[in-house]
Amino acid sequence: MIGWFSLPAAQRPLPTVFVSALVVLALCFICSLLLGAGGLSPSASFQTLIGKGSADAEFTVFHLRATRTVVGLFVGLTLGIAGALMQSVARNPLAEPGLLGVSAGSSLAVAITLVLGASTATLTVGVAQFGALLGCLCVLGVARMQGQQNDPIRLVLAGAALSSLLLAVTSLLLLFDQRAADEIRFWVTGSVAGRDTNTLLSVLPSMLVAGLCVLYAAKPLASLALGERVAIGLGHKPKRVRGVVIFAVALLVGGATAIAGPVAFIGLVVPFAARALVGPDIRRTLWLCLPLGPIIVITADVISRLIAQPAEMPLGVLTAVVGAPVLLLIVRSRRLPTL
Amino acid sequence: MTVTSLHNDKISHPTFQSRLGASKLTLKHGKVCIIENLDVSLPEGKVTAIVGPNGCGKSTLLNGLSRVHAPSSGVVLLDGKDIHCLPSKEVARRLALLPQDTLAPDGITIEELIRFGRHPHQSLLKQWAMDDQQAIDYALDAADLQGLKDRLLDTLSGGQRQRAWIAMSIAQETPLLLLDEPTSALDLGHQIEVFELIRNLSRQGKTLAMVVHDLPSACRYSDHIIAMKKGEIITQGSPKEVMTKELVRELYGVECDLIPDPMTGSPILINMKRVRS
Repeated sequence: MIGWFSLPAAQRPLPTVFVSALVVLALCFICSLLLGAGGLSPSASFQTLIGKGSADAEFTVFHLRATRTVVGLFVGLTLGIAGALMQSVARNPLAEPGLLGVSAGSSLAVAITLVLGASTATLTVGVAQFGALLGCLCVLGVARMQGQQNDPIRLVLAGAALSSLLLAVTSLLLLFDQRAADEIRFWVTGSVAGRDTNTLLSVLPSMLVAGLCVLYAAKPLASLALGERVAIGLGHKPKRVRGVVIFAVALLVGGATAIAGPVAFIGLVVPFAARALVGPDIRRTLWLCLPLGPIIVITADVISRLIAQPAEMPLGVLTAVVGAPVLLLIVRSRRLPTL
Repeated sequence: MTVTSLHNDKISHPTFQSRLGASKLTLKHGKVCIIENLDVSLPEGKVTAIVGPNGCGKSTLLNGLSRVHAPSSGVVLLDGKDIHCLPSKEVARRLALLPQDTLAPDGITIEELIRFGRHPHQSLLKQWAMDDQQAIDYALDAADLQGLKDRLLDTLSGGQRQRAWIAMSIAQETPLLLLDEPTSALDLGHQIEVFELIRNLSRQGKTLAMVVHDLPSACRYSDHIIAMKKGEIITQGSPKEVMTKELVRELYGVECDLIPDPMTGSPILINMKRVRS
């Protein structure tokens, strides 16, 4: 089972690595049910899991913790895939929805609808996805303007600028509207705790659409890594493929943002880890992002419950603490991986 | 033959069979017109070399013929149909392209690269079939890469790497193959390696066209030469007919003498001297 580790990343058997990751994910899932801030000890949680707990403990384990674990699973899945897609389409290992203003665009769209009178409960996922799409198009447009469209750092700079701008506008809006500010303050840090499972259900159809987009785009995206003209020569349509991918990224990031708020760095760290494990072919990377995203988010969430006891640290804070060094590591590496 | 009579040659229409050609083709980069109103066709089953000075539109023509560059006016015809009206996948089953700006992803093996050549034959429902593996084995044999198939692309020599890219095009199983400067980054030995592969493919019945800089190689390894300058075809025909000292002066502003290679008879340039820009 561990023999694959000695092989070069791109040569490792994908099914074995994938199954190994699934096992780790299952362990993370169980840990997430057993561990938490507050009075319930891991052993008491375990008793509850096997059906011998009190009603209070059952509520904690099966309602509070299970819900946030499922939300974490969903957020990790969507943001990991979205990050891998975005990096592949931008040919840039630093492209990350959170950094590039996609999540910020999504937040702004949500803030605007809140100010206009909606409440977080009635908020539609579509708004967040539409905002994500606009953010996505803005940053890619800015980075493409004239000249070095393939400079990785330029894209990140454009994204950081756009992101700050959108977040500033969001803050400004909330400054003028106390009610909306209260509604959104909790949401805007990015957290998987106390989220509504109904929102999760309402996101699922669009995730199915995003999944179909990924299924369609994976192969052409892989061939785009050989060069634009090569891809055309193989009968692919780069423009259409990029369009489909950006649409899918918007659906995924919008969905994740609608549920958990803007969570940065997941889209950076997950594909980075996936590439380290199975190499840069986007089809392999995407497969591995499926278990890796949830592993990373759920682990981060468990840690965020434990380190600030009895209080909890919001997930968005922890992912930034873990993610920022990874970003610096990638930027500092002598040669950026070619995608 | 004088320069004016060279210009007259382009009026005489070629009489060979052709599956790929263009009529009244105009190609622009932004607003700059690179090629205007060009008629061209590639002789079937032959190797065509497109030669000419830098910036004369050779690569642009190749991109136009392979539907990478959409024409501003005119039409590229593949088997008598407008190439931009055919489904792109259908085109990719008849016409393969090896551009100059290929990128090699980290950690890709030769066989994985060649697998990409099967994309036009696959669909969402038909992901991988027996004929795909056969085509890959055939391509590995044809490019003499069978022993290297599990090696990483970036650990190979330049010639082997270029052969691997050509093998990807072979796996595409197309009757037509266009190559943009397939040898320009290679040393002499590797150039010959690649040219011989190209000639072998032609002997197996493929129609090939390549952009080449080196005139003696163009003469030696092609059956048909298209000489271009400033977006126009100055002359075309078999290497022995076409390659004259007048043509070399017209194309490159270089004075030279031509002698036949004692072994193969194909023209060699000697005494080269630049006369004007």
